[in-house]
Amino acid sequence: MDWNLLITQLLNGLQLGLLLFLLASGLTLIFGIMDFINLSHGSFYMIGAYFCGSVVAKTGSFLAGILFGLVGMFAVGALVEWFIARKLYRADHLDHVLVTFGLILIFDTLVHLIWGAAGMAIPLPDVLNGQITLGSLVFPVYRTLIIVAGLLVAAILFVLVTKTRLGMLIRAGASNRTMVEALGININRLFLFVFALGAAMAGLAGMLIAPITEASIGMGNDIIIVAFVVVIVGGIGSVKGAFYAALILGLIDTMSRSYLDVVLNLAMPVTYAETAAPALSAMLIYILMAAVLAFRPQGLFPPAGMK
Amino acid sequence: MLSKLIRTAVIASAVIMTGAAQADSVKIGFVTTLTTPAAVIGEDMKNSVELAMEHIGGKMGNLDVELIMEDDGFKPDVGKQKTDKLVKQDDVDFVTGYIWSHVLLASAKSVLDADKFLISANAGPSQMAGKRCHKNFFSTSWQNDQTPMAMGEHLNQKGVKSIYVMAPNYAAGKDMVRGVESTFTGKILGKDMTKWGADAQLDFSAELAKAKASGAEGIFVFYPGKAGGAFIKQYQQAGLQGKMDLYSVFTVDSIALPKLQAGGLSGVLGSKNTQEWSPDILNAANQRFVGDYLKKHGKYPSFYGAQSYDAIMLIKSAVEKVGGNLDDKDAVRAALKAADFDSVRGKYSYGNNHMPIQNFYLREVVEDDQGRWTTRIVSTVLTNHQDPYAKDCKM
Repeated sequence: MDWNLLITQLLNGLQLGLLLFLLASGLTLIFGIMDFINLSHGSFYMIGAYFCGSVVAKTGSFLAGILFGLVGMFAVGALVEWFIARKLYRADHLDHVLVTFGLILIFDTLVHLIWGAAGMAIPLPDVLNGQITLGSLVFPVYRTLIIVAGLLVAAILFVLVTKTRLGMLIRAGASNRTMVEALGININRLFLFVFALGAAMAGLAGMLIAPITEASIGMGNDIIIVAFVVVIVGGIGSVKGAFYAALILGLIDTMSRSYLDVVLNLAMPVTYAETAAPALSAMLIYILMAAVLAFRPQGLFPPAGMK
Repeated sequence: MLSKLIRTAVIASAVIMTGAAQADSVKIGFVTTLTTPAAVIGEDMKNSVELAMEHIGGKMGNLDVELIMEDDGFKPDVGKQKTDKLVKQDDVDFVTGYIWSHVLLASAKSVLDADKFLISANAGPSQMAGKRCHKNFFSTSWQNDQTPMAMGEHLNQKGVKSIYVMAPNYAAGKDMVRGVESTFTGKILGKDMTKWGADAQLDFSAELAKAKASGAEGIFVFYPGKAGGAFIKQYQQAGLQGKMDLYSVFTVDSIALPKLQAGGLSGVLGSKNTQEWSPDILNAANQRFVGDYLKKHGKYPSFYGAQSYDAIMLIKSAVEKVGGNLDDKDAVRAALKAADFDSVRGKYSYGNNHMPIQNFYLREVVEDDQGRWTTRIVSTVLTNHQDPYAKDCKM
């Protein structure tokens, strides 16, 4: 057993999980509190990456890119809520899907018009391109940064949701929206804030992944499906659920990519194992989702009071 | 009422007749990827085809050239639909383009069943070179296995003992892996086939960790288009540079290099790859192509572009040879097979399966005199090489 490899893969899984959490936490709040299905959440992920990349290209500072990107994404989220989502809360889920799918097309085309089809590489400062060495364990600095940033955001979100008045309202909104409205809370402002916060977090996820994979058109459309799986497995509207589910899915995905071929090789010849392993590892998280839906449809960690 | 009907019928038949009489144009359908991140490849091909059209003045012999571009969206089903449209609706004479092997495999039947000519400007799946070879199918690129076979040969010459292999899990990825396995005599210590398509896997953290743990001397990869840049970045971030040499095919090219340069990923300088073409090949056709492309677009063309340029020139040579009589399919076919044109890679010939028999070069990534990163030929690895599937082709 190669322990270094195992630890590296656990860290890789943790990093992927935290990235999914950044995306899914906003999605689950918007879904849980406003009962709004936002397919275009993945577009926020993409636009965040492009915002950050443009600022980095101008200023040369990755930190400036992230800060500007966060502010920009908060504004984009607020605008989308104000002009589009707000009018649809009382509409059907199907209407949500149609409108937000349209938004995806609009955002993809806008990005194509503004930045072109080529995608955008985001250069990192040299120190972030290096590696951390711990004994015989070597891990990329940048992936460590993603882990730290992800945990930090999770901690801030945890404090916000469990210790503040705003968080109380968010939780109350997730479990019983009508009651919150009946108590005279300005639900519009709460919705606006939650939507913008979700957009900023999705944008952050995009900004963090872009230096690894490049910013590109449609980059959010692939990962948004996995983010929905996280939301469903974790329990709709539950930030805690999203956190655990994201970590579980991140680890399952990474571990199956690293060890499934070896495991399958025990039962079948190498050539079959090599072909079957990638296909099966791509399916595993959906199998998990199907199992959760069958045996615990409310999700693993549903918000308190949710029926 | 009746007179109106007759009038319409007369006009309609007149239109049809002029349509039939108007065989004074060559219709070429070009299928490539113009959306999704892979559009960068499609754009390079499109630029090169447009340059070829400028160079020939929009004419082949006495015939005007009508070019119809279609976008396959990086999906086999869409590629087939677009091909059907070109064949049935536009009634083109030649269909060319095709970046992706799985798109070509899905689309080939539509063209060949309609007795039209299909010329792949990139994809070279083993099936089309072997059992599914067809009298009307030609290629201006290579068979997928050949370029990695050249790389395997180079690894042997260099005395590399062990490698780790990574490629996307689709038709071409499998051919590439088979290619390097067939010539490399050292040990392959591990292999990963990753998810591919419009939602391709671009984060290779788990795979790179495995590669590193395998302790192989070098890593062989095939990641075309945008995935190449992403891979090289992560290869460098994972600290593999200097510990595990990078040997690639179709990964480090004129599309990836400007972005790698912008990202300051100097680790790729000096890395080796194999290819049938390079911007620095010395012949008049190539110098004109590369020179004008640089002037027009401010960057180097890629091999995708070079092969697309060649596809247009190959068609031109055939159209001129038959004196514009495209109805004589046998003559057109014989003219195509002769490959009697100035290819930008230099002269090549066609084997029985209509795949090029050509040289493969070892290329190194260098900085040109204006500070742009590009590739330069180091040596010839395979001379007049024919693909291994030619023997399965009953032609």
